[in-house]
Amino acid sequence: MAEPRESHRWKWLLCAPALTILVLAASGPLLIVLVYSFLTPGNMGGVVWQFSTDGWFRVFFRRDIFSPEDVSWNTAHLTIFWRSIWLSLQTTVICAVLGFPTAWFIATRPANTRTVWLFLITIPFWTNLLIRTFAIQELIRNSGTINTLLLWAGVIDAPIQMLFSEFAILIGMAYVFLPLMVLPLYAAMDKLDFRLVEAGYDLYASRLQVLRHVILPLVKPGFIAGSILVFIPSIGAYVTPRVLGGGRTMMLGNLIDLQFGQGRNWPLGAALAITLLVIVVAALLFYLRTLNREEGGRHG
Amino acid sequence: MKRTLATSLAALVAGGSMAAAEGVVNFYNWGNVTPPELIERFEAETGIRVTVTDYDSNDTALARVRQGGHGFDLVVPSNNYVETWIAEGLVIPLDREIVTNIDNIAPEWMDVDFDPGRQYSTPYFWGTTGLIVNTSVYDGNPHTAGIIFDPPEELRGRINVVPEMSDIITMAIRYHGGQQCETDMDILRQVRDTLMGAREHWLAMDYGNIDAYVANDISAGVYWNGGAMRARLQNDDLVYGYPQEGFSVWMDNVMVLSDAQNPEGAMKFVNFLLEPENAAAISNFSRYASGVVGYEEFLEEEMRTAPEIVTPPELVGAGAFSIPCPQEVNDIYSQIWTELMQ
Repeated sequence: MAEPRESHRWKWLLCAPALTILVLAASGPLLIVLVYSFLTPGNMGGVVWQFSTDGWFRVFFRRDIFSPEDVSWNTAHLTIFWRSIWLSLQTTVICAVLGFPTAWFIATRPANTRTVWLFLITIPFWTNLLIRTFAIQELIRNSGTINTLLLWAGVIDAPIQMLFSEFAILIGMAYVFLPLMVLPLYAAMDKLDFRLVEAGYDLYASRLQVLRHVILPLVKPGFIAGSILVFIPSIGAYVTPRVLGGGRTMMLGNLIDLQFGQGRNWPLGAALAITLLVIVVAALLFYLRTLNREEGGRHG
Repeated sequence: MKRTLATSLAALVAGGSMAAAEGVVNFYNWGNVTPPELIERFEAETGIRVTVTDYDSNDTALARVRQGGHGFDLVVPSNNYVETWIAEGLVIPLDREIVTNIDNIAPEWMDVDFDPGRQYSTPYFWGTTGLIVNTSVYDGNPHTAGIIFDPPEELRGRINVVPEMSDIITMAIRYHGGQQCETDMDILRQVRDTLMGAREHWLAMDYGNIDAYVANDISAGVYWNGGAMRARLQNDDLVYGYPQEGFSVWMDNVMVLSDAQNPEGAMKFVNFLLEPENAAAISNFSRYASGVVGYEEFLEEEMRTAPEIVTPPELVGAGAFSIPCPQEVNDIYSQIWTELMQ
């Protein structure tokens, strides 16, 4: 009896330094953000130590500057929330659709060449995110590669406005986050027992049936891990919408940044940051619940 | 003197932490307005190494320096922010023992309202806030803020507005016949409505890159004269407009931070920037005019006659030096601005 308890205590002691850092480093700054969200904005940024719920009020409502009794939903913020969620969902779907065949291709190569393919997938990570985003800007701007080619080929008469739009942000995010989908998918496929696929064919299943009933259920954990890895950074994306959205098409990350700079409303920025956190946690819980329910269903 | 790879690497690794001991000055300045050859000249003259870090707005610079731990020695705020920097104790008075070139400041820039007698600041450059229009897209009169606030058909969806609160709101107030730091609620309401209505015609609200104007990714916008001139030199179609409803004249000013790690080196750098030849180097690079006497002698020919530098006589009267607004006015501006930026 004594021995397991002893080792249990040792486990905790050994974990203590890491746990302390994690708890302090994660909850400390978060606590400051929470406190700031209940303060009053200072002159030209900063905060005044005076309790106020105005920051939180403004997250959801707007009060007309010139007739303060006129209160309505803050549609501007709600639009940005929705855009962030919608673009992140679309990014996740695009990454899944493109990532699946890519991961499948790699997983079905001979074992000795797989490492090379995986290595190729990581190449984008060698270059800074900002530089890659500017490269995309170069591709889709009015005088950029795509428009020049289309004009030259006579497909279009005038350049297509792609830069500074939601479309531009979507392209940028799908490109940036694709490897984060491919890698967990590959990990799941790597463990896939291909004898099961053969068994499916032996039982006269069509290719589509094998894909739907054998492969997809088996690589689902990869999809879920990949979706979380893509969706969560997407929703807080900052650089991509900043460069490709042109400051007009904002996502949550940019809206928060704005409040700490030009907006000069730190409490609102803090309240928005916590709102973002809540959205992310809600999304995670949703994923996990869906996962658990399906698992439970399979066993029960 | 030839440096070995090892020492260069060591210098790189040591970076900021060794800065003070090695005689380094960290210059926190607006993006893309510090001529590299000027830095080299200073390093050659004094042996003090200079690093340059960019910022793109007064608010960014102020927020970052307020937090401390930034490691910068010098900053270049605009005139309407200078008093905030002084009042908050973020900057120190100039050391007249070192900054002996202070008398090189042009008389009209010496006793300025934002820093009487130049106790804290010296001119970096000055300019105007106006408009830039690509005449191949729109060849009407460029000298009106209507281009931004009630855009002609050709320019709709092709406009960039710099996200600088005081520049944009002041421009809109003047468009409605008001003054800087206007408090008339009727005018401010019109300003808000105009801005919110015009916004749908704007493609971007960004610090418009010079190359975006050159490539005609953006065909018009609110811009500063120096940036407009740099763009025009690469694309003849671009013209700079002075809004006839009124436009701002501003000056960016070099100041030494109170938590500078190398205040002595920083003061030397301030003094160095006041040499007419060096002031001219800044102007030739950035395409903004200087506040230093005798810099014209070293100025490139195209700077002397540039329409971006020489305001047309009939529009000179529309220009006014920008002033900081009282807090209660700023609060209203901030609210309009926040609404606009959403």
